[in-house]
Amino acid sequence: MSSVKSFSVLPGFGLSMGFTLVYLSLIILIPLSAVFIITSALTWTEFWAVVTAPRVVASYKLSFGASLGAAAINSVFGLMLAWVLVRYSFPGKKIVDALIDLPFALPTAVAGISLTALYAPNGWLGQFIQGSLGIKVAFAPLGVLVALVFIGLPFVVRTVQPVLQDLETELEEAASSLGANRWQTFRYVLMPILLPALMTGFALAFARAVGEYGSVIFIAGNIPMVSEITPLMIITKLEQYDYTGATAIAAVMLVVSFVMLLIINALQSWAGKRTGRNK
Amino acid sequence: MSIEVKNLHKQFGSFTALDDISLNFPSGELVALLGPSGCGKTTLLRIIAGLEQADSGSVILEGDDASATHVRERQVGFVFQHYALFKHMTVFDNVAFGLRMKPRKSRPSEKVIAEKVHRLLELVQLDWLADRFPSQLSGGQRQRIALARALAVEPRVLLLDEPFGALDAKVRKELRRWLRKLHDELHITSIFVTHDQEEALEVADRVVMMDHGKVEQVGTPDEVYNQPETPFVYGFLGSVNLFHGRVDDGHLHIGDDVIHNQGENYDHGSEVYAFARPHELEIVTDNEQVNGLSAKVNRVLSFGLNSRVELDGINSAEGQHFEVELNPQRVDELSLTSGQIVKLVPSKLKLFHRDSINKDSHV
Repeated sequence: MSSVKSFSVLPGFGLSMGFTLVYLSLIILIPLSAVFIITSALTWTEFWAVVTAPRVVASYKLSFGASLGAAAINSVFGLMLAWVLVRYSFPGKKIVDALIDLPFALPTAVAGISLTALYAPNGWLGQFIQGSLGIKVAFAPLGVLVALVFIGLPFVVRTVQPVLQDLETELEEAASSLGANRWQTFRYVLMPILLPALMTGFALAFARAVGEYGSVIFIAGNIPMVSEITPLMIITKLEQYDYTGATAIAAVMLVVSFVMLLIINALQSWAGKRTGRNK
Repeated sequence: MSIEVKNLHKQFGSFTALDDISLNFPSGELVALLGPSGCGKTTLLRIIAGLEQADSGSVILEGDDASATHVRERQVGFVFQHYALFKHMTVFDNVAFGLRMKPRKSRPSEKVIAEKVHRLLELVQLDWLADRFPSQLSGGQRQRIALARALAVEPRVLLLDEPFGALDAKVRKELRRWLRKLHDELHITSIFVTHDQEEALEVADRVVMMDHGKVEQVGTPDEVYNQPETPFVYGFLGSVNLFHGRVDDGHLHIGDDVIHNQGENYDHGSEVYAFARPHELEIVTDNEQVNGLSAKVNRVLSFGLNSRVELDGINSAEGQHFEVELNPQRVDELSLTSGQIVKLVPSKLKLFHRDSINKDSHV
């Protein structure tokens, strides 16, 4: 008696799944678990004291607050940029398209230095903004936001662009032939289709912003309790050879980031289900 | 509601899509715009809908010039070839869309909307699909939903752009009949675009034949099929045999062959094109007979109601192909063999002056 061997139409599930898990473990899980293992050298009270120190708490607020803000700003303007790039043709469109990727490619320190030079109180833009509006950009939390907006922009544009490209103009024509005005067409026809991609772009821009170091430290001014970001706190601890302290803060960042990304993903699949994209 | 277009002209770069088109679509009729791709029929439909602007000329809806009216205010129902259903909405929400987008003052209550949507879904016989998403429907079902959606806002005219173009042959046929029935119930002035002559002749009250941005002929399906006014119309509607000839003394000369008593109205020596449909040709095996065009039998296809004989031209008609439709008994009587030389005698022949045909016409 021989049993019929069951097989799948798509071969190689075992092999590819095994490879995926090993790869994922090597590249992501093992380094990340090290964070928790090193942190575990601390007792709970020690750990709590490190991660709730006032300077550290202030840095969480800035890091996550500015990252969310930057991702939100990028979602709005990234969508607009993607729209212009997809819908209109104008001279120099290819160049604008290539410019979008520059924040990806530029060493972040370069971005930080040039932004600082621009927005410093004596910089090209800074002197006007501070002089006439009285707003301090560089060496203040606002500077952090500016830097994070800069590095996060490509994520939104590049996730929304292909979806916009595939969007049939017939849908908009159908909507307006049914009597919908431009705003209604955008709100009820375009937005639901773009939302999943926009949320992915938001999540990516947010994740990138939370981990950003290079561009921010130049422009932030790093004033304790005011413009210090969490990655800087980690570096500070490392420079003092306080490895466990550094990993403790890192662990907190890791958990918070993971939870936030999880929530965004959950929102996305909820939106998908509600609109019949996935069952 | 009646639709009238006057002197419409539309240019895309150097390509003339519409060249001085003036047409009148009477109230309550179902009219087909028929022509090969690129003839301007879709452009004309889109201009009537307001989705496209003409370079010059006007669109008159029910006596009022609507040329400057936005598509939103024209109250036209438009059905797209690829359905253009909102994929993120259920079938119900798709049909309800137009009603929900109305300004607050004239918007019906959700209860009224629900009743109306269900009535429309019953009309297209898809009430049971209300909660599905478009991706879960077949092509034919999607197009019926698209039609229900267009009808929900009670449009004054219904415009359909190749509505069955993306469907397979069987569903196409079914929907064709269904559309005709629906139109007979609703009597809403409708225009549909198609490149399928069978579809146009079968469904429409009137057919507008278009080619190269111009109207070739307007008439009932019977008129355009049986009395084609131009060589283009003749060639486009159904299969056709074409002969190049010259009229001499009331006889048509094709190379060395003569077809008697044709072209009496033509001047002596006129160069003409002659058209005959496959069923308007008779095959004669008696080669002694003078009357008729010589051709060589290629093969005989006998299936279906009628048998078809495919022939190759010889002598001056070398390289041409002819097709004759006969009833099977006649084919048996003739007992044709491949390679046999026979004569073709037309029972009916339509002549056109040779210079009346554009070189680039689709004949």
